[in-house]
Amino acid sequence: MVSYIIQRFVAGILTIIAASIIAFVVIQLPPGDYVTAYIANLQATGTMVSMEEAAALRIQYGLDQPVYIQYLKWVGLMLRGNFGMAMEYNRPVLEVIGDRMTLTVIVSFAAVVFIWALSLPIGIYSAVRQYSIGDYIFTFIGFIGIAVPNFMLALIIMYVSYRFFNVQSIGGLFSPDMALQPWSWAKVWDLITHLPLPAIVLGLAGMAEVVRIMRANLLDELRKPYVVTARAKGLAEHRVILKYPVRAALNPFASTIGYIFPFIVSGSIIVSLVLSLPTVGPLLFKALIAQDLFLAATILLLLAVLTVIGTFISDLILMWIDPRIRFGMEGSK
Amino acid sequence: MLAEQQPILSVRDLRTYYHQDEGIVRAVDGASFDVYAGRTLGIVGESGCGKSVTARSILRIVEQNGRIESGSIHLRRRTSSGQVDEVELTALPANSREMRSIRGGEIALIFQEPMTSFSPYHTVGNQIIEAIRLHSDLSKRAARERAIDLLRMVGIPKPERRIDEYSFQLSGGLRQRVMIAMALSSDPKILIADEPTTALDVTTQAQILELLQRLQDEKGLAIILITHDMGVIAEMADDVVVMYLGRVVERGPVDTIFHAPKHPYTQALLRSIPSILARPRTKLATISGSIPHPYNRPVGCPFHTRCSEIIRGTCDSREPQLQPVGPDHQVSCFLYHS
Repeated sequence: MVSYIIQRFVAGILTIIAASIIAFVVIQLPPGDYVTAYIANLQATGTMVSMEEAAALRIQYGLDQPVYIQYLKWVGLMLRGNFGMAMEYNRPVLEVIGDRMTLTVIVSFAAVVFIWALSLPIGIYSAVRQYSIGDYIFTFIGFIGIAVPNFMLALIIMYVSYRFFNVQSIGGLFSPDMALQPWSWAKVWDLITHLPLPAIVLGLAGMAEVVRIMRANLLDELRKPYVVTARAKGLAEHRVILKYPVRAALNPFASTIGYIFPFIVSGSIIVSLVLSLPTVGPLLFKALIAQDLFLAATILLLLAVLTVIGTFISDLILMWIDPRIRFGMEGSK
Repeated sequence: MLAEQQPILSVRDLRTYYHQDEGIVRAVDGASFDVYAGRTLGIVGESGCGKSVTARSILRIVEQNGRIESGSIHLRRRTSSGQVDEVELTALPANSREMRSIRGGEIALIFQEPMTSFSPYHTVGNQIIEAIRLHSDLSKRAARERAIDLLRMVGIPKPERRIDEYSFQLSGGLRQRVMIAMALSSDPKILIADEPTTALDVTTQAQILELLQRLQDEKGLAIILITHDMGVIAEMADDVVVMYLGRVVERGPVDTIFHAPKHPYTQALLRSIPSILARPRTKLATISGSIPHPYNRPVGCPFHTRCSEIIRGTCDSREPQLQPVGPDHQVSCFLYHS
């Protein structure tokens, strides 16, 4: 059991290292670098930049050196808790990211809670009452949820609430007067009241998908002999279903935590722009356009770290709910 | 004691149909038999003849698309005051409190796949204790003690350790013993064993059958043994019911069935048992043809498509009825009555 955890942990660390390399290299792939983008930007406004100035900028940011040297320097910085300079803002990366990372985690967590809280009961209902009217209705809503892009959903919700309910400020994570104040309980409460909308918009597609997964898993499990055993004991039907097949269907369900998280974060970029959420999504978007090397790489790396943590948590949950993993047995079918 | 002449369970003309998009499957189509305390009733037949559905119908755990269309299942049990009380199981709602107390309480089930019959997510102890507490008001601790006693009774070594293990940590034979212990946890009067030894090797099979026989002698259990293995029937059963396509085609005491089978299907089944006395390189007799498709039942006697003694014009147009041909011996065949 301990060796399993250690194994997972080491695999997680290796994944993060690999992700940092890939993040760093991928950003360098487009032609040019931050200075090219910066010069192009200035030229568009009519300012000319000389070759000497450009070279000086490159030396300042270390862009004149080979990629692997730049990468190693960046890693060296990170080990000292410094993630480099955000070139566009001319401030340390960490300062620029600031609260945004925390808010991203909070919004994503809210979306995951929304996904789980609804997909579990709906999935169970749809499987137990397979082909009932309720099942068909949920299936229909589910397909709409998968088919409609979430930014579209965000726009529709904004339009409807503005047009028919006359709500002026929708979106954002804080009320306008709260946004710039320091953290307090009132601000936390303000955040909580603003969370449901982005959680629903971000979570709907995921929820629809997880409902399908849950339904399919449970339908499989309901046909297994141990369900007949439980029934033959004289156990009440709802206890049969909740104790045995649902428990078994949770198994693949738990492993969805790991992938739902990056799914939501990457899906949140456009939604965050539409709903003006102060998450890392829009920041990453701008950093990529400006080829702001350290900022973009740091955000990608942090997202990778969060994904690895999510996967690690879902591994731990799996181990907790499946004794076969705990006892080092592979599927005993 | 319930007198032997009074059956503890009587099934009369039971019909259980499955309603599917493609049509109706008549899984059980008029089955009648009696079960007596302290005796074993063997139900034999090929796969798909309705044996298991009969068992599930008695327990009222037929799957969602299946329904008991007609017939009756009478259970005679003794009330706490010592009187005999008769319940009609098909009249009870499948999930009613009373039916649930009978299911697992009066009538218990053990079945084929000891591997998948336990949840791999719960210890076997958890699953036995659940069954015990469902039908008694024992405390958790007392139920655990009882579970350990039950495991010891069915011959499981170190039961106080095994109780906290998971089913995948046990061997097939041990698992089936645990299954039996769980079935016996509420002191049932009737034990339905649906192919209890099919998935086990021959040695373990013999041990499990021996265990069942010992438990029957000790507790006066009525056993309904469902199998396709004539050898198991010969060893275990007192009475035999032969089923074909959801119908009982022959019924009688085990000796009569083995020594003087009347129905061509029973005769064919017995011929297809490999014999240790057979001359080498002789071909084993098989029943020609295969079971008709469930949506496409033959008109008349269900067996006429494979029968070597078919009476043209009769067997393929009219349905024979189960009628006596000797003491306690009934057969459903036009060869013996028109």
